[in-house]
Amino acid sequence: MNRATKPALLVLEDGRTFHGTAYGAEGEAFGEIVFNTGMTGYQETLTDPSYHRQIVTMTAPHIGNTGVNDEDPESGRVQVAGYVVREPSRVVSNWRARRSLDDELRDYGVVGIAINGTRALTRHLRDKGAMRAGVSTTETDPQALLERVLDSPDMIGADLARVVSTPEPYVVRPEGEVRHRVAAIDLGIKAMTPRRMAERGCEVHVLPATVTAEEILALEPDGVFYSNGPGDPAACGYAVESMRGVLDGGTPVFGICLGNQMLGRALGLGTYKLRFGHRGVNQPVQDRANGRVHITSHNHGFAVEAPLDGPFDTPFGRAEVSHVDLNDGVVEGLRLLDRPAFSVQYHPEAAPGPHDATGLFDRFCDLMDRS
Amino acid sequence: MPRRTDLKSVLVIGSGPIVIGQAAEFDYSGTQACRVLKSEGLRVALVNSNPATIMTDPEIADATYVEPITPDTVEKVIAKERPDALLPTLGGQTALNTAVALHESGVLERYGVELIGAKVDAIQAGENRERFKKIVADIGAESARSVICHSMDDCLAAAGTLGYPMVVRPSFTMGGAGSGMAYDEADLRRIAGAGLAASPTSEVLLEESILGWKEFELELMRDRADNVVVVCSIENLDPMGVHTGDSITVAPAMTLTDREYQRMRDVAIDVIRAVGVDTGGCNIQFAIDPATGRMIVIEMNPRVSRSSALASKATGFPIAKIAAKLAVGYTLDEIRNDITQETPASFEPSLDYVVVKAPRFAFEKFPAADKTLTTHMKSVGEAMAIGRSFPEALQKALRSLEKAGSSFSWAPGPEALSGDERAARKAELIESARRPHDGRLRAVQQAMRLGATVEELYEATRIDPWFLDQIAALDEVAAPLAEDQLDPEALREAKRHGFSDEQIAEIRGTSAEVVRELRQALGIRPVYLTVDTCAAEFEARTPYLYSTYDEETEVPVGDKPKVIILGSGPNRIGQGIEFDYSCVHASFTLAEAGYETVMVNCNPETVSTDYDTSGRLYFEPLTLEDVLEVVHAEQETGEVAGVIVQLGGQTPLGLAQKLKDAGVPIVGTSPESIHLAEERGAFGQVLARADLPAPKHGTATSYEEAAAIAAEIGYPVLVRPSYVLGGRGMEIVYDDETLRDYIERAGGGQWNPEHPVLVDRFLDEAIEIDVDALYDGEELYLGGVMEHIEEAGIHSGDSACALPPITLGREDIDRIRTSTEALAREIGVRGLMNVQYALSAGVLYVLEANPRASRTVPFVSKATAVPLAKAAARVMMGESIARLRAEGVLPATGDGGHLPLDAPISVKEAVLPFDRFRTPEGVGVDTILGPEMRSTGEVMGIDTVFGTAYAKSQISVYGALPTKGRAFVSVANRDKRAMIFPVKRLADLGFEILATEGTAEVLRRNGVRAKIVRKHSAGPGPDGEPTIVRRILDGEVDVIVNTPFGSPGQSGPRLDGYEIRTAAVLRGVPCLTTVQALSAAVQGIEATAAGVIGVRSLQEHAQHLWGGEEDS
Repeated sequence: MNRATKPALLVLEDGRTFHGTAYGAEGEAFGEIVFNTGMTGYQETLTDPSYHRQIVTMTAPHIGNTGVNDEDPESGRVQVAGYVVREPSRVVSNWRARRSLDDELRDYGVVGIAINGTRALTRHLRDKGAMRAGVSTTETDPQALLERVLDSPDMIGADLARVVSTPEPYVVRPEGEVRHRVAAIDLGIKAMTPRRMAERGCEVHVLPATVTAEEILALEPDGVFYSNGPGDPAACGYAVESMRGVLDGGTPVFGICLGNQMLGRALGLGTYKLRFGHRGVNQPVQDRANGRVHITSHNHGFAVEAPLDGPFDTPFGRAEVSHVDLNDGVVEGLRLLDRPAFSVQYHPEAAPGPHDATGLFDRFCDLMDRS
Repeated sequence: MPRRTDLKSVLVIGSGPIVIGQAAEFDYSGTQACRVLKSEGLRVALVNSNPATIMTDPEIADATYVEPITPDTVEKVIAKERPDALLPTLGGQTALNTAVALHESGVLERYGVELIGAKVDAIQAGENRERFKKIVADIGAESARSVICHSMDDCLAAAGTLGYPMVVRPSFTMGGAGSGMAYDEADLRRIAGAGLAASPTSEVLLEESILGWKEFELELMRDRADNVVVVCSIENLDPMGVHTGDSITVAPAMTLTDREYQRMRDVAIDVIRAVGVDTGGCNIQFAIDPATGRMIVIEMNPRVSRSSALASKATGFPIAKIAAKLAVGYTLDEIRNDITQETPASFEPSLDYVVVKAPRFAFEKFPAADKTLTTHMKSVGEAMAIGRSFPEALQKALRSLEKAGSSFSWAPGPEALSGDERAARKAELIESARRPHDGRLRAVQQAMRLGATVEELYEATRIDPWFLDQIAALDEVAAPLAEDQLDPEALREAKRHGFSDEQIAEIRGTSAEVVRELRQALGIRPVYLTVDTCAAEFEARTPYLYSTYDEETEVPVGDKPKVIILGSGPNRIGQGIEFDYSCVHASFTLAEAGYETVMVNCNPETVSTDYDTSGRLYFEPLTLEDVLEVVHAEQETGEVAGVIVQLGGQTPLGLAQKLKDAGVPIVGTSPESIHLAEERGAFGQVLARADLPAPKHGTATSYEEAAAIAAEIGYPVLVRPSYVLGGRGMEIVYDDETLRDYIERAGGGQWNPEHPVLVDRFLDEAIEIDVDALYDGEELYLGGVMEHIEEAGIHSGDSACALPPITLGREDIDRIRTSTEALAREIGVRGLMNVQYALSAGVLYVLEANPRASRTVPFVSKATAVPLAKAAARVMMGESIARLRAEGVLPATGDGGHLPLDAPISVKEAVLPFDRFRTPEGVGVDTILGPEMRSTGEVMGIDTVFGTAYAKSQISVYGALPTKGRAFVSVANRDKRAMIFPVKRLADLGFEILATEGTAEVLRRNGVRAKIVRKHSAGPGPDGEPTIVRRILDGEVDVIVNTPFGSPGQSGPRLDGYEIRTAAVLRGVPCLTTVQALSAAVQGIEATAAGVIGVRSLQEHAQHLWGGEEDS
C-alpha cells in the first residue's frame, strides 16, 4: 500500500502539470505524450514498438485488471517511455495471468503515474495536440521537470524505426507448408504481423530496417512487407529508398502503418503530423472500393497526404487512396493501380483490436499468388 | 445506401404493459423509433396498450392505437392502416411474438406488409434453441451441452446424460419466465412441468450447469451493407445463475484481455450474420469458465432489449434510434453520431468511465415470495450510475436504488464484537452471500469488514476476485474516516470512491449536513464530465453529464433561464413509468416555452434519460447530496429559474423541503403546501377549513392508542404508516388481534410522533373515485374523474377504473369539482393534484390528496386528449390556466369532468406480477388484491361503450376474455346477493357454471343451474372426483370468480381461495376477485361475443372529442 501513496509528477511542455502517484518503476522519463482510447489490450499496447519514446495515457480508467501473461506481448519488452493511468489494479484476475502489470513495468524500468485527471489530460491533448512531456517519481518541482521536458528531443524528425528494429534477420516459420516467402522489413514490427502471415502459409524473413533493396531482392521473396514503427516517416529515408527499389522490380508490396507512410513517400507523397493522432481500437475505416466499413485498430501520429478525389500519377504508375477514416477523413490506405502494391495506415493484424481487416493479409497472399 | 423510397408507412408494435422482464426500456426504444421514422417522412402507425408511455402520446406517431397487442387486433389495425411495413423489433418479446403470429397466419402476406428490422427466419433462428445451437456450432463456437424436451419423460431421460444440477429453460417466454435450476429430480419435475405449460411451443431446454461462470453480454448492430459494430460490452458482477436483469452489471467488461474480448466479438459477429439480423440490433450473452477460459454462447435476442437500452445510456450510442434508421435502409456510415455531430455511427464507443446497473426488487410487496435470485427475473426496476471508477459507480448505483440497506455501510459496531462473535458473524455473512439474493453484495461487504478475504468470498460467491478486491479497497478507504480528526485527504479519497456524505456521517456518528458543510468548506465538490461515446477523442455537442470527483468540470455555460426537473429514479411498484411520463412532458413543453431544461434521473429504462429529451441530462442518484450538487453546478453556469419536484413521484417530493431549506428555488406547489397534504393533522385542518368530510380517523404510536381509535370509529379500519406511496404497509384489519399484530410487525414496530401509524375507518362498499386536477391559484381544471371498478379498499394502483365515470351523475361530478377546488385552494396547489374520494351512502369522503403528478396523469391525458403534464409544467412556471386555454394547450371551454355525452369510455386495468413469484417451497404466492399496491403496470382499453372498453383492457392483460366454456364461481357471503345477476347472464351466454356448495345453493335458488364442484380442502372425491384446483390446473375452467373471505393465515375458505387463485395464475385463467369486476367482465364478454370490437386511433378519438381543435 505504501507504493500507492508515493507521489509522482507529470509535466507537459506547455506547463500543464498533473500530480499523481507512482506506478511501475521509479525514476524519470521523457517522451511525446499521447492518449489511447482502447478499453482492452494494454499489454499489447505497452509492447508495441510503435510507442517507442512515447508516454501513453490510457483513457480507460481501470488498467492492469487481467495482469500480464506470456502470450500477448507484441515484442520482447515493454516499449513505452512512460505510462499514465487512472486506476491501477491492485490484484490480477485472469486464468492466463503470470504476474502483475505493476511488476512488469518495474521489470522494464518503465515509469508510470496514476492521476485523477486522465480525461482532462486527454481533452488537453485533443485541443493542443500531442506534445513532449516528462513523468517523474523523483522530482517534486514542476518547473524543474518542465525545463528537462523542454530539453528533450522532439518527435518531428525523429528516426526511431532504426532504434527498435531487429539487429539481425530472423525467420518466422509458416503453419503448414510454405506457400510464399515474404521479406518483412522490421521498422518496429509487432509479433502478430508475421504470425498472421504464417497462418496463411508465409515463411516470413524479418529484416532490419536499414536493409537495402538489393539485399531484400536477393532473398527472392514472393512479396515484401513494410511494418509499422515509431517516429517521423520523413526521417526514414533508407526505407523509402529500399521501397522504391522493390517497387521497381515489380515484387508485390504490402505496408502497414509506417509501412503505408513509406509507400506514400516512395510514391512522392508527403507525410504530416496529426494534431493528436489515432490511437485506439474503434476507428471506422471505409474501403472506398466497396463502401464497407471496418472497425480498426490504430496507432499513428503521422499520416500521408494524398488526393482523395481520384487516381493520381506517381513514378510507379497510377495510384489511389483506397481507405479513409470516416471520423476525420485521414488517408488510411494506398493502392497502386498498375503494380501489385498496397498499404494501410491502420493495423489489420489487430492485437489489440478488432479482426475486421484481417482479410488484407489474404489480399497480400492473393497478390503473391497472381504475380 | 440511402433510405428506401419504396416505404411510405410503417406500423410499429409496442410492448404493452410494464411487467417484470419487459419494462420502460421499450417505451424508450419505441419512442425513439417512432420519432426517427416520422422525421424520415414516413407515416407511422403504432399499437400499444400501455397508456403510461411517451410513445403512445398522440404527437409521437401519426395514428396511435391504444389497443390490445394481439394478432387479431393488430390485423384490424393493418386492415385499416394498410402500412407498407411492420417494425417488430422495438417492442420486446410481445411485439416479436405478435409479428411472427401475423406472419404465420398469412396476414402480412395478405395485406402486402413487409417485416422490417428482422426477418421471420432470423427471429426463429435466434429464438429456436435447436436452430440457434446449430448456428453456434456451425461458426465454430460452443453452446452449453443441452437437450430439448417436449415431455416430462424426455426431461427425465435427459437428466441421465447431463447430470444435476441443470438449468431448465422454457422456449419463447419473456424475461426467462419459468426458468430455474434443478438440483434433483423433484426440482426437475416441478420446474420443467411448469415450463412445459408456460412455453407456447410446450418446449423446455435442459442444459449443463454453468453456474458460477463469468457472464458477459455484447450489444451489436448490423446494417444492410453487412457493416457490424459492437456498441457495448457488459459484464455481470453476479456470475451465471442469476438472470441478467437481476444481476449487478458493469460496462465495459472489466476482466477480459483483448484476446478474449476479440474472440467474443468475432463469435458475436459471426452469430449476427448467421442468424441473419440484417438491419438492426441484437444482444448476445456469453459465459466464460473462470478456470480455463472456455467460452459458451448462451443466447441471443434478435431485437432491441433491456440490455440495449442500458447500453445506449451507458455509451451514448442510441441503439433503438439507429435500429429504426437501419430498418428503413440507411447504413451505419450514413448516420451521424448525435453526440459528436461530426463522426459517423459506424464506430464502437469507447468509455473513459465505468457504468454500473443495479436491480431494484419489490420483495417487500410479496412477503411470501422466495428472495433467492435465479435465472427467472424478479426485479421490477433498475438504477444506473456512472463514475470514473468501478467503486464510485457502484456506490452511486447502490444509493440510486433509494432503498434502505442497499448501500454499503461502515456503521460502528463490529469493533465492539469479541473475536468469537466476529468469527461467527463473518461465517454467517459468508453463508448468506453463498445464495444469490437481494442483499448479497452488502453481505459481502459486511463480511469483509469482519475480515473475510477475497478468496473466502470468491469461493462462496464466484464473484470475480477483481470485483471483490474493489469492494475490499473501499474498506481500506473507509478506515481513516473514523478517526477523530478527519483528514481532508481521507475525505477526498472517500468521495473519489463514491462514498456519500450520508455514509461518511454514519461512520463519524454525525449528520450528512455536517459532512456536507465540512466537505464544501474544504472545496471538495464533484465535477461533471460528459458521456461522449469517444473517451474525449472528439468534442461532445450533446451535454449528457455525470458527477465524479475528478479534475475539471465540463458543464456548458448557457444564457437561457434553466429549469431543473427531478425524475423518479428506479421503477418500483407504486412509482413507475407514469411519473417519467410527466417529467418528459414538462421537459418538452418548457423547452418550447424558452427554458433550458435540465433533467436529473438515474433510471436507464426511461425516455427522460434519453440525452435527446432535455437540454441537459444529469445521470445522477436522486439523493439530497447529489441533487444539491447538480443545482450548484447549474447555478455556477447560469440562472436556475426553478426546480420541479412535483412530477417525479415521491422521490423528488421527499426532497422538496430540504432543497428549499438549502436555498433551492422550488417551483409549483411549495414544500409547506406539500406538507399540508401529507401530514395527517395538518390535512385534517385543511379539510375542516374546506368543510369536507373524511372517514373518521386517528393517529397512533402504540397498539393501545390504535385500539382506542378503532373502538371509537368501529372496525374494519385501514392502517398504514404515514408518508408512503403505493400503499406500502397498508392493511385492512377487522379486529383487535390483527391490529396488535400489525402494530408489532409493520414499520419494524418502531412508531413515534414523527412516524405514526394512521388508523382510518374503512368504508365498506363505497365507490372509490380518483381525480387529477390542475390549479393555478385562481382556476381549477378538472383533468379527469375516474371511477374505480373495484370497491374502496383495493389500492387505486391495482384497481381498474373507468373515465368518464360510468355510474356517477352530473351532480356527483359537480360536487367533486367543488370539493377538489376547495382542497386545491386550501392546500395552495400550483400545478397538479390527485385526490381520492370515496362515495358512500351519498357522502363524498376525501381519502387523500396528493399535490403532485399522479400515476393516472398519462391515462387521463390520453382518455381526454389533453396534455395535462405539459399544462402542469407551464402552471408551475407561473402561467395561468386561462392563458393555456387561450393557447390551445387546454380546451377553450369545459374540462375533463364535462366530457361530451358520447365521449369514448376509457378503462385502465392493472397488471400484476404474481406469476413471477414462488414461495421458497415452490408454490405460487397469493394473488388477492388489497390496500397495498402490487401491480407493475397498466393497460388501457378505449371504445365507445364501457363493455367493449373493459373487454379490450382484459384482452390486453389476459390475451382474451372467454366467450364460452366454464365459469367457476365461489364468493364470500357478503357478495352472494350482488353476484346473482351477472352469473345468471353468464349462464345465459352459454357458460357452464361450476360453484362451491354455498355459492351453488344461492345460484340454484335463483334459477342458475350451477354444478357443485369439490373444494380444494375437501380433497378428491371417493370416485376420484377432482377438486376445483385440479380442474383449473387441467385447463377445464375458462374464467374464475373468487372473492376472498376469512382472515389471512387461517385455514378453510381463505386457504381454498388462495389455492384457486394461485392455480388461476399458473394457467393464465382470468380471475375476478371482486363482484364489481365480475359485472364489468360480463359486459366485456357480451361485447366480445357480439364480435363488435373495432379499432380506433387516439387521434380519431381526439377529433371526435374536441372537434379537431386539439392536436395533442
